[in-house]
Amino acid sequence: MNEPFIRIQNLEKVYQTKEDSIFAVDDVSFDIHQSQFIAIVGPSGCGKTTILKMLAGLVPYTSGSITIGGKKVTRPQTDLGIIFQDSVLLDWRDVISNVMLQVDIRGLDRAQYMPRAKELLKATGLEGFEFKKPYELSGGMRQRVSICRALVHDPPLLLMDEPFGALDALTREQISMDIQHLWMEKRKTVLLITHSIPEAVLLADRVVVMSPRPGRVVEILDIDLPRPRRLDRLPDKFNEYTGRIRQIFQASGVLALD
Amino acid sequence: MEQAERHAQARKEKQESDSREEWRLRALPFIGILGFLIIWEIAVMLFKLPAYLLPRPTEIVRTLIEEWDSLQSNGMVTAYEMILGYVLAVVIGVPLAIGITASPSFDRFITPILLFFQTVPKIAIAPLFLVWFGVGTMPKVLVAFLISFFPIVIDTAVGLRSVSLEMIDLARSMGATRMQIFTQFRLPTSLPYLFSGLKVAATLAVVGAVVGEFVGADRGLGYILLVANSNLQTALLFATIVVLTALGLLLFYAIEILEHFMIPWHVSRRAGEQEHGTM
Repeated sequence: MNEPFIRIQNLEKVYQTKEDSIFAVDDVSFDIHQSQFIAIVGPSGCGKTTILKMLAGLVPYTSGSITIGGKKVTRPQTDLGIIFQDSVLLDWRDVISNVMLQVDIRGLDRAQYMPRAKELLKATGLEGFEFKKPYELSGGMRQRVSICRALVHDPPLLLMDEPFGALDALTREQISMDIQHLWMEKRKTVLLITHSIPEAVLLADRVVVMSPRPGRVVEILDIDLPRPRRLDRLPDKFNEYTGRIRQIFQASGVLALD
Repeated sequence: MEQAERHAQARKEKQESDSREEWRLRALPFIGILGFLIIWEIAVMLFKLPAYLLPRPTEIVRTLIEEWDSLQSNGMVTAYEMILGYVLAVVIGVPLAIGITASPSFDRFITPILLFFQTVPKIAIAPLFLVWFGVGTMPKVLVAFLISFFPIVIDTAVGLRSVSLEMIDLARSMGATRMQIFTQFRLPTSLPYLFSGLKVAATLAVVGAVVGEFVGADRGLGYILLVANSNLQTALLFATIVVLTALGLLLFYAIEILEHFMIPWHVSRRAGEQEHGTM
């Protein structure tokens, strides 16, 4: 196989307090290939969000290395889109302007990106809501706007930090289907952080399973399921994968046996 | 067909009852004030209170009309002092808040000084201003400035700091410059806080101007209050208070209208919350 797009090696993050050092992330290594969909699944406090932020160059790492496209990450990366748990929309901008924020801040040509913004809104079922303000939208719609904003500049890499965490179950399902659809169309490299085992298996090509603090990689599973994966037609193998991840969590005490 | 008609009828009735409800809600505060004044009028007549203790509302209105020229010209003086002090507080307070939030060392340097000036009773400094600047406009403007300055600084600083970490992360992932982070993210986020500070300050500025006039003045509504007080012209005292209150409210609502135009996204959301009864 060729050189991976993203390479994370012996990554460590240590928070220094007065008394001692706390290992948030301990010796984490994995690769992400171009156009691959990777999910990191782990319990709260396993440092998975920290890994995403270090990869984005938003948080410095203590030791180890991260390279994107062969270049070492030392400062905030801009060649990517991020989706957070909260939609982080700007209240004073309407839907289309929130998507175009990405274009405005980067100083890109508005006229060139406007059709793309509209196309993305249409693809996520937000056609006709272009001029609504964020407070007029439901939580799911707001999160869809933030997905469009993360994709409008056509970045090669998409980072998602528990993007479904604040949504209700039905909306979660709908938006994860939307994301699979968008991914199959655009084939971007995606890193999804989640604490939901079925979501990770449903969406990802590979699932990185992490242990609680200090965050370590326990296992990396290749998910060999045909796409598009549909919630109403899940093969038996789906349950094998989720069962395997549950076993890992049970073994490390994250999940109780009964 | 019949059903559609019934629906239309129901909708019409709903609209009518909605607008009736709206009128009722709008009229309520006025009915309250009117009721209060009527009770006051009757109570004064019933208990035969002398006018120098508590004048009747009708008496106050009569004085207001009779003394209107004097109240108006002196009101202009006070309004001028109040607005000048207020504008000074905004012009100095907002940049100061920006400085405080931009630089931690500036924050550590300036905040104790600010706190000192806020804690000193403004009424206690007012005579000092009289010594320094005489009986002119200056000392009143300064008191109005000092008293309305602090809430503007504090609220603006709180607003500028209220940007979420995620929003800053988002901005940095877009390659936003420091300036862009300030103008596109921090400043708009701070506006609702800034405006609440401006509104509190608006009601305080009038207090400052009057306090300044109490200490030493030969014109202005504060001066009229002192004169009316020493002559036991209680009705004039009340009429002056009415004008002063009107001045404060005028400034307050001017700011509120400005708020409406500048941050409609916030104002309409707040209105929506009120509808659901969660202020």
